[in-house]
Amino acid sequence: MDDLQAVATLQDPVRRALYDFVAAQGREVGRNEAAEAAGVQRTLAAFHLDKLVEAELLEAGFKRLGGRSGPGGGRPAKVYRRARAERVVSVPPRDYNTLALVLAAVVEAVGGEERAEAAAREVGARTAGGGSLEDALRERGYEPYRDEAGVLRLRNCPFHVLSEEHPLLVCSMNLALCEGLLAGLGEQGTVARTDPIPGECCVAFSE
Amino acid sequence: MLTVMHLAQLNIGHMRAPKESPELKEFVEALAPINALADAAPGFVWRLKGGEEPDATVKHEYGDHLLINFSVWESREPLWNYMYRTEHLAVLQRRREWFVRSAEATSVMWWIPEGVIPTLEEGMARLALLRAEGPGPRAFTFKEFYESSEAASLPAAAEPRK
Repeated sequence: MDDLQAVATLQDPVRRALYDFVAAQGREVGRNEAAEAAGVQRTLAAFHLDKLVEAELLEAGFKRLGGRSGPGGGRPAKVYRRARAERVVSVPPRDYNTLALVLAAVVEAVGGEERAEAAAREVGARTAGGGSLEDALRERGYEPYRDEAGVLRLRNCPFHVLSEEHPLLVCSMNLALCEGLLAGLGEQGTVARTDPIPGECCVAFSE
Repeated sequence: MLTVMHLAQLNIGHMRAPKESPELKEFVEALAPINALADAAPGFVWRLKGGEEPDATVKHEYGDHLLINFSVWESREPLWNYMYRTEHLAVLQRRREWFVRSAEATSVMWWIPEGVIPTLEEGMARLALLRAEGPGPRAFTFKEFYESSEAASLPAAAEPRK
């Protein structure tokens, strides 16, 4: 299945709701839980969840959900989580990734990290808009959520491929971008800091 | 039986001032927690310690103000996650405050058989090899990484096969 076909499976509103719910949990989700969240029957949810697995947008596994293991723990249930692979569709075709990788390599080669961070801070401030911090982060694809301690964390790294290739540069630029965003929004009591969790964005916000 | 391979990494940094100086104070304060983080990290195997104190740095004869980190990991991913997906990243991001920028490579990796404790001399030779010949199976970097199947623990001094 190519990227366009995979993304097109999200056209169905039930699938879209299921996908959004599973992605937002950041963990494995069972069929019952997903069905309840999407407001559909369990069998219908199961059908659509498996379609999303076929499209490689979700990954499926088996897990005992009751918290008990060994004999008497019950049959393992099918669980779903968001697939790590990216799907990109652009019409007409565009490729900003290759150029961004080249530019990142150039910044490192000339030792321009501090300039790059300053530029990122500026862009963050200039494009902040006038809404709330969480809305601004959501619009940019960071998928913000509050952890148990009330810290605002970011489930998704919008620069994932770049950050794997050039982690120091990209994560520093991302922090600067977030700091610029705070400045642009006039959020004075909030601080952006580097506090990475594997699989998520490396920036967290605390008051 | 197939030998399990582990990944050795050496990195060096020229400090802007002596370790005891006020300029390096915050870096030295970060050493104990960051070392503890490495020791507890998944996939961590070994690191060269400068002493029993949690903030001891490696003692060596490669010049003043040179800070050396030398460690062994089960594979690429745990080392990458430790370096870039823990609090260690925040320390790395401040490196320019404490370390002089180098035009040459300051970090090198290579594969070793499980159970082997590499020497600092070998590590420095691998870094010299990387600087002289660029990344290859015997001395490489995250950006140009070589799998253990391609490397097979070749001695650093061996002639490259043409």
